[in-house]
Amino acid sequence: MELVINGEKKTYRNGLSVSELLVEGKVEMPQYVSVQLNGAFLRRNEFDERTLRDGDQVEFLYYMGGGSAGGDGWS
Amino acid sequence: MELNVERIERYSRQIILPEVGGEGQRKLFDARVLLVGAGGLGSPAALYLAAAGVGTLGIIDSDDVDLSNLGRQIIHTTADVGRPKVESAEDRIRALNPDVRIRALSERATAATLPGILAGYDFVIDGTDNFASKYLINDACVLAGVPYSHAGIIRFQGQLLTVLPGRSACLRCLFPSPPPEGAAPTCAQAGILGPVAGVIGTLQALEAARWILGIGDLLAGRLLIYDALRARFREVAIPRDPRCPVCGESPTIRELRDEAPVACPTRAARV
Repeated sequence: MELVINGEKKTYRNGLSVSELLVEGKVEMPQYVSVQLNGAFLRRNEFDERTLRDGDQVEFLYYMGGGSAGGDGWS
Repeated sequence: MELNVERIERYSRQIILPEVGGEGQRKLFDARVLLVGAGGLGSPAALYLAAAGVGTLGIIDSDDVDLSNLGRQIIHTTADVGRPKVESAEDRIRALNPDVRIRALSERATAATLPGILAGYDFVIDGTDNFASKYLINDACVLAGVPYSHAGIIRFQGQLLTVLPGRSACLRCLFPSPPPEGAAPTCAQAGILGPVAGVIGTLQALEAARWILGIGDLLAGRLLIYDALRARFREVAIPRDPRCPVCGESPTIRELRDEAPVACPTRAARV
């Protein structure tokens, strides 16, 4: 399936959860990322159960400030 | 401040804009903007706001100018190393535009002092580089109903969000609490490419200018993210969170408190 991650199209296997996407995408410090799925923020407890579908738009948002985590943690 | 011949000449290129005009220029003269931090973000923001003729600029920063600041904190010069940042910034602004009234505070903004300081301003620019200060500014502005520009920069990235208290999302709608101490790489480890600070700090000055002039669309409810490596901007809609601890329906933060400071060993824009 194709997902739009931070504005870029990428291909992933079907049935991926948000938690799995954080691992597969090697997101830096996933415990501190805010996740928006199709424009709505997900609660942290939704990451495991929420399965992604073809065409879903996912935004990973990071804390940013000098001395912060953040930066381009998505790979 | 009157629009005399000299001032009409000085500000002519913006007065000529129909959206600004003499009336807009007077709004800028009457405006009071507080810059929290005279570092990477505060430097370009202060210079552009001063150049544009914003009548009163408050600057609060407890640091002295360090040689490692000069790669991006363009309001300070080599000769200023070791001086309080607010003194250096005041001298530079005065040289640029003697019309501007400057209120320089060489101190750290705290939960005890910030509300009193904020009371005299129309708009606030968060130019700090640590989360304790960023959350303090957010909460103080939300509780006092003062609009402000939040921004953060790191490595090759920057992002900003304008907060109109009670009307658009605040920092806590996006990230309810600061990251725990020690969870993040240090300033010195993470680094920053100087011009990224210039881009984001200048965008913050534009937010203040558009707010004062009442023109265009603010970055309220929209997080603008800049990727300087690929020269791309992207925008993410940030809705207000009804469960936000400070601006939600049942807020748990009703008075200002200092967040535990997040470790940040460099001397960059820490206030």
